[in-house]
Amino acid sequence: MLDRTLLSGNEAVARGAWEAGAEVGLGYPGTPSTEVLEAFAKMPGVRAEWSPNEKVALEVAAGVSLGGARSLVTMKHVGLNVAADPLFTLAYTGVTGGLVLLVADDPGMHSSQNEQDTRNYAAFARVPLLEPADSQEALEFTRRAFEISERFDTPVIVRSTIRISHSKGLVELGEGVEQARAAYESRPAKYVMLPGNAKKRRVDLDLRLDALTEYAEDLDLNRMEMVETSLGVICAGVTYEYVREALPDASVLKLAQLYPLPERLIREFASRVERLAVVEELDPYLTSNMRRMGLAMEEPPLPRMGEYTPRMIAEAFGAAPLPLREAFEDLPPRPPMLCPGCPHRGVFYLLREMGAVVTGDIGCYTLGALPPLSTMDSCVCMGASIGMAHGLELAGGAGDRPVVAVIGDSTFAHSGLTGLMNAVYNGSRTTTVILDNRITAMTGHQDNPFTGRTLMGEPAPEMDVEAVCRGLGVEQVTVIDPLNLKRTKRALREAIEHDGPSVVVARRPCALLVKNDKPPMAVKTDECTACGVCIGLGCPALSKARSGKAVIDATLCVGCAQCAAVCGYRAIAVGAPACEAGETL
Amino acid sequence: MSTTSVLLVGVGGQGTILAGDVLAKVAAASGLDVKLSEVHGMSQRGGSVDTMVRFGDRVYSPVVSRGEVDHLAAFEIIEAARWLQYLRPGGRLLVDRRTIAPLGVLTGALPLPVGVEAALFGEDAVFIDAEPLACRAGSPRSANVVLLGALSAGLPFAVETWRDVIAGRVPPKTADENLAAFDLGRKACLEGGGV
Repeated sequence: MLDRTLLSGNEAVARGAWEAGAEVGLGYPGTPSTEVLEAFAKMPGVRAEWSPNEKVALEVAAGVSLGGARSLVTMKHVGLNVAADPLFTLAYTGVTGGLVLLVADDPGMHSSQNEQDTRNYAAFARVPLLEPADSQEALEFTRRAFEISERFDTPVIVRSTIRISHSKGLVELGEGVEQARAAYESRPAKYVMLPGNAKKRRVDLDLRLDALTEYAEDLDLNRMEMVETSLGVICAGVTYEYVREALPDASVLKLAQLYPLPERLIREFASRVERLAVVEELDPYLTSNMRRMGLAMEEPPLPRMGEYTPRMIAEAFGAAPLPLREAFEDLPPRPPMLCPGCPHRGVFYLLREMGAVVTGDIGCYTLGALPPLSTMDSCVCMGASIGMAHGLELAGGAGDRPVVAVIGDSTFAHSGLTGLMNAVYNGSRTTTVILDNRITAMTGHQDNPFTGRTLMGEPAPEMDVEAVCRGLGVEQVTVIDPLNLKRTKRALREAIEHDGPSVVVARRPCALLVKNDKPPMAVKTDECTACGVCIGLGCPALSKARSGKAVIDATLCVGCAQCAAVCGYRAIAVGAPACEAGETL
Repeated sequence: MSTTSVLLVGVGGQGTILAGDVLAKVAAASGLDVKLSEVHGMSQRGGSVDTMVRFGDRVYSPVVSRGEVDHLAAFEIIEAARWLQYLRPGGRLLVDRRTIAPLGVLTGALPLPVGVEAALFGEDAVFIDAEPLACRAGSPRSANVVLLGALSAGLPFAVETWRDVIAGRVPPKTADENLAAFDLGRKACLEGGGV
């Protein structure tokens, strides 16, 4: 047996880029794409950088390409919305060094605010797209994407989905190749997209797409698997694996290049089978292309949202449902929650107490929307909190209730700055709380311009966010430790009362980042009145006993003491260390 | 061999991901094709988590559906109930008896479900109390490896392969306690229906 290594799709993409000689990796963290750049950063001889957002990442990659080197840019599906502006014009300029985007979609919204099908972006931006079906293909297709990029003078998208990115499979590794780099040469007709130049490149773009269509017709990665000819299925990506398992007797046309499509190959496959069907997760991308081609096909009864499984496909093609056990009813749901000691918790507690309307943003702190904190009125996209707070003010506000935007450090760097600039410029009274926990936490602790460290582990200047806010024109900027609830409450009140835009920076590192040496808290049962106030913090270490009194799980408690601060009866105090906790309960 | 499907379920932070990774590497080291699928991101923060591992001569899909799982290993009892429909009739069910209350239960908004253990008992489950065994092995943190040991008792892989993979996968300082945890879990399972 060949020597094979167990790799996730994300690790395999990183390896493929390195084998292709990519020297630079750029991106912004986002589930399910994050681990690609983390894995790439560990490859020998490369430079990897977290960018503040996906647009900047792609623009840096455009510069790397201009300089003749190969680069990989990584993002989740919604990140491509941010990077769309450079992408659409990079399709015109083309590349010098190969430029490949890894874009990871999240069908089923495991960790996303929406579902998007990146295949549409490829057609919209006129950029070729490859879609691997497992880790081995993730490596091979990424390598191939760099060849296509340079041969056809275009950026290339490798589309992944969560079941490719976060699944592991066995992979044969290849050797890395070094790419020769030509001396820099100015080529304004190719790279300066003034209308006069852009009009010529627009014509070139269509010629290139014709050539890419021809390339796809003969592409060895597009594969016809002829079994029985009574049913033929066209599919791609992880859906191919599901189809192969669900319909072992069907013939399959497995597409690797999803844009532009090999129409002759599709017609040939259609002519060789009696019944033709398309199976694709999310949008009817292939289906509508085949309708346009005038091909008659069956449309199996599968949903246009969420993820598929092999079983769903088997049943859509007539298999009987499997016998199932009876489901347990009324099981309590187990959503994710803010960790014990999370510095965001107290801020939400206070905002709820003040009756604030909170425009939220994307990060761990979005969990402040869940009960019992339930203190978020909106969460739309990265950076939206500040603009929406200003907009709510323009609409007359929310009655007597103060309006507060909350945004994390990484999200503020990503796209909060412009919202705050706008609030100042247009005379808003918006209060913004920057929940500065010194890390990009939700995606698994990535560095960002606040943290003083780069992806390569080098020291970096820490963004002076107070100076930045003042520089934008915010006069009222306060920095507080959110574990100090008294001080935080005062700062929030002053910020809300301030006649002009205001910022409160709630600064305290993520509880998962600090080595905890504090003893756990404990409830003095005699003094606890069962009022339930501390339970309202929603701390996983705190629960209500049958008596209604609070109980603290000493193995989970990290001693942040926010519960003691909200207790009106001084019934919570420092307890004994976890190993002796049995005695104090 | 045809494809075998294993589903590991638990609560974010319990070590299902490491357990799944070890199992996948054991299958690969035994000469089989293998795929593993897990979902992380938001679920890390104390949410319900699942890892699917499938092995055989040629594995296509990394995911399985309800009614298809051959071995369901639940690291927590409510999660065992939540995922039970995934287990095929006649499939093997392994349950750590410990209960981790979800937030709704902690705050008193929702009741803790009753009768789960009795219902699972009717499903012919093997029950394990992993934490005390892990403590005996040296650290409560190796409870996930205790479960892996119990799971191994029903899987067609050599003990030496398991031990090699575990020793290579955990931090070197904890190798001994993890191997002891594996042995205790396996022994508990082989010696008649758990602890």
